[in-house]
Amino acid sequence: MKQDIILAGVGGQGILSIAASIGTAAINQGLFLKQAEVHGMSQRGGDVHSDLRISDKEIASDLIPAGKADLIISVEPMEALRYLPMLSKDGWLITNIVPYVNIPDYPEIDDILKEVKKIKNHIAIDANKVAMDIGSRRSANIVILGAASPYLDLKFEELQNAIRQIFNRKGDKVVDLNLKALEMGREFANNFLKN
Amino acid sequence: MEKVLLLGDEAIAQGAIDAGISGIYAYPGTPSTEIMEYVITSDEAQKNNIRSGWASNEKTAMEASLGMSYVGKRSIVCMKHVGLNVAADAFINSAITGANGGLIVVVADDPSMHSSQNEQDSRFFGQFAMIPVLEPSNQQEAYDMMHYGFDLSEKFGIPVLMRITTRLAHSRSGVVKKTRRKQNEISLPKTANQFILLPSNARKRFRLLLDNQPGFLKDSESSPFNKLYQGKDSSLGIIASGIAYNYLMENFSDRDIPYPVLKVGQYPLPKHQVSDLYEQCDEILILEDGYPMIEETINSYFGLGKKIKGRIEGTLQRDGELNPNKVASALGFVLEETLEMPGLVAPRPPKLCKGCPHIYSYNALNDALAPYTKGRVFSDIGCYTLGALEPFEAINTCVDMGASITMAKGAADAGFVPAISVIGDSTFTHSGMTGLLDAVNDNSPITVIILDNGTVAMTGGQKSQATGKIEKICEAIGVEKDHIVVMDPSPKWHEKNLEAFKKEIDYQGVSVIIPRRECLHTATQKIRDEKKKKELENIQN
Repeated sequence: MKQDIILAGVGGQGILSIAASIGTAAINQGLFLKQAEVHGMSQRGGDVHSDLRISDKEIASDLIPAGKADLIISVEPMEALRYLPMLSKDGWLITNIVPYVNIPDYPEIDDILKEVKKIKNHIAIDANKVAMDIGSRRSANIVILGAASPYLDLKFEELQNAIRQIFNRKGDKVVDLNLKALEMGREFANNFLKN
Repeated sequence: MEKVLLLGDEAIAQGAIDAGISGIYAYPGTPSTEIMEYVITSDEAQKNNIRSGWASNEKTAMEASLGMSYVGKRSIVCMKHVGLNVAADAFINSAITGANGGLIVVVADDPSMHSSQNEQDSRFFGQFAMIPVLEPSNQQEAYDMMHYGFDLSEKFGIPVLMRITTRLAHSRSGVVKKTRRKQNEISLPKTANQFILLPSNARKRFRLLLDNQPGFLKDSESSPFNKLYQGKDSSLGIIASGIAYNYLMENFSDRDIPYPVLKVGQYPLPKHQVSDLYEQCDEILILEDGYPMIEETINSYFGLGKKIKGRIEGTLQRDGELNPNKVASALGFVLEETLEMPGLVAPRPPKLCKGCPHIYSYNALNDALAPYTKGRVFSDIGCYTLGALEPFEAINTCVDMGASITMAKGAADAGFVPAISVIGDSTFTHSGMTGLLDAVNDNSPITVIILDNGTVAMTGGQKSQATGKIEKICEAIGVEKDHIVVMDPSPKWHEKNLEAFKKEIDYQGVSVIIPRRECLHTATQKIRDEKKKKELENIQN
C-alpha cells in the first residue's frame, strides 16, 4: 500500500491541520510517513502546499514525483489546479469551491470550476457552507478532509481518533465540531458520486 | 525505543537534547528556526536545565556556543546558510581554537531560495574551515548524527558542521530515539592557551588543524554514513550526498539499483570509496543538492579522465534544488507526460497580511517621498521586504541583514539626499546598530525607519531582542533625542505620520522614526496563550 497526497491552499488556510490529521492516523495505523511542508515567506498569504506520503514500506523521497500523486486535496479551487501536473492519470482531485481572492488578477470562479470538472475523478464541495451549517466556520479544512476520506487508505475511525488527538488541547467543543465537520464532508463526497 | 514524528529540524533538536547538550544558541532564519523552537518548548530540555533562547545574531550565538564548549560542555548553534556569513569570523577561528566540549554548528541551506537571498552551499564553509562536515539524508540520520557528531567533535577536539537543506528541515517522518546521555561536567581545555589566538599560538593551532586532516579523512572513510553499495552494472557509478540519495532511491522500485552507488553523509569526501567507485565504473554521475562541491573535488582529483556527470558538466541544472524528476532525467529515464496546469492559474506571491502595521508605514512613506525622484529607499530583511511588491513598490534594495542603514549612508555620503533606510526591529539589533553609529559619527543625512512590530515576524513570531530598547539604543548611539520619533502606524494617524515623515526627511542629519504596532499574528497568539493559561488555572483551582 502506498498513497501520495498533495495538500494545497493559501497560507493560513489550515492545510497543516489536514496534514497532521492524516499523518497521525497513518502513524497510529503503523504506516510509514513523510510529509514535506512549506514554512517561511510563502506562509504570508502565498500559495502553499504539502507533499504527504504514506506507505506500508519505507519511503525514499520527501517530495512526490510529478504525475504520481494519488490525490490532490485542496482548500481552495485555483490552488487545486496549480498542482495538476503532480496528479496521476487516475488520481482524485478533492477541492473546496470557495475562492480565496487576495490577488487582483484572480480568474473567474466559473472558469476555474470548468477546469476542475475536466478532471475525471473529482469532488467539488462548498466546504465553507458545510462548515457554517454546523456552526464552525473555521472547520472548512476538516470538511475537505472528510470529503477526501473515502479515497484515503486509512480507517475512518483512525481519522476520527487523529482529530480527537490533535484538537484535544482546544477542548471538547472544538473536537466535536471537527468530528462533525469530518462526517459531513464524508457524507457529501458519498452523495456527490451518486448524483 | 520510542518512535516519534518529527520535522528534520525537530529531529536535530531532540537528537541534541539526547546527546547531552547543555545549551543551544540561534538566531531565527528559515529553514533552521524550528530547531531552537523545539528546544524552547521542550519540557525535557527545561527539566534538564538546557539553556535555550534567541540570540541577537548568528555571530553572538556562535561565540556563546564556543564559550560553552570552552568550559567542557556540549552545545549546538543553529542558523540558516546566510547566517553563517554573519558568524563566519567566529566559525572559521573556532576551527583554529578547536572545541573542548562537543560543538556542532547546524546550518540549513535553502537551494531554490524558497525564503532566502541566495543558495550558497555551507559544505564549502566546512571545507574552508577544514573541519568535518555531516550531511544527513533523512530525519533519522539527522537525529543519529547528533550523538555521532558530538562524539566526533570531542574525539578530535574540533567543531563539526552539520549541513541540511530546506526539504529535510521541513519534512516530517518517524524517528526512533536513543537513551539520553548525561551532560558533561565543567572542565577547562587541556591545552591552556589553545583559545588564545595570538599569532604565536595560532600558528601552532593551525599546524595542528593541518596535521588532523588525515585523521578527519580516515574517520570519514570508516564512517557509517559513507557507504559504497556494489552494483552489477559498472557502466555508471553514482555518488549521492545528503537528501539527493532519497531522490535516487525513489527512481528504483524496491531500491533495486543496478549501478554501484556511493552514499555520502560525512566529509571530507571519503577518498578511498570515491577511488574505488571511479576505478570500477565507466562514468560517474554526481547527485548533490546545492553547489557542485563533490563534482569539483573529483574533477580536481582526476583531471580530465572519465566523464563526470553533474551540475558543472550540465547533466543536471546548475541552480535550484534537486527533486525525484530531475534525478530521473539525469539517469536517462524518459518522464511520462503529466497533466498541465491550466493557463488561467495566476501566481499568488506572498504579501503583507491584511491590517499589517507595515502597510500604513509604507503608505505614509510613499506619500512623503512623492515630491522626490524614485530609488531612495534602502531596505532590509523581514516581512517588510514584501513592501517591494505591488501595490506598495516602496523599497529599492534588500541585500543582507543591516545593509539598509549603511547603504543609505553610502548613498547620502555621495550626495544622494534624501536617502531612507527601512529596517525591522529585530534586524536593527541583529546588525543595524553598528551602521547607525557610523552614520551618527559622520552626521550622514539619512532617515532611518525602524518598523517595530515587536517580534521576528517573517520566521513565525520569535522573541525580538529589540523589544523595549530601541529609543534608548538610538539615543545612546548618539541620535539626537529630538530626532527620534515614535508613531502609531494606523490609518487614522496617516496625516500626522505623514507630517512627521516629511519633517525628518528634511532634516540634514541622522533621524530615526519608529512606527510601533504589534504584529497581528503575535498579538492574536498572545490572546490565545492568555486564554489557554486562564483555562489551565481554572482547571488547577
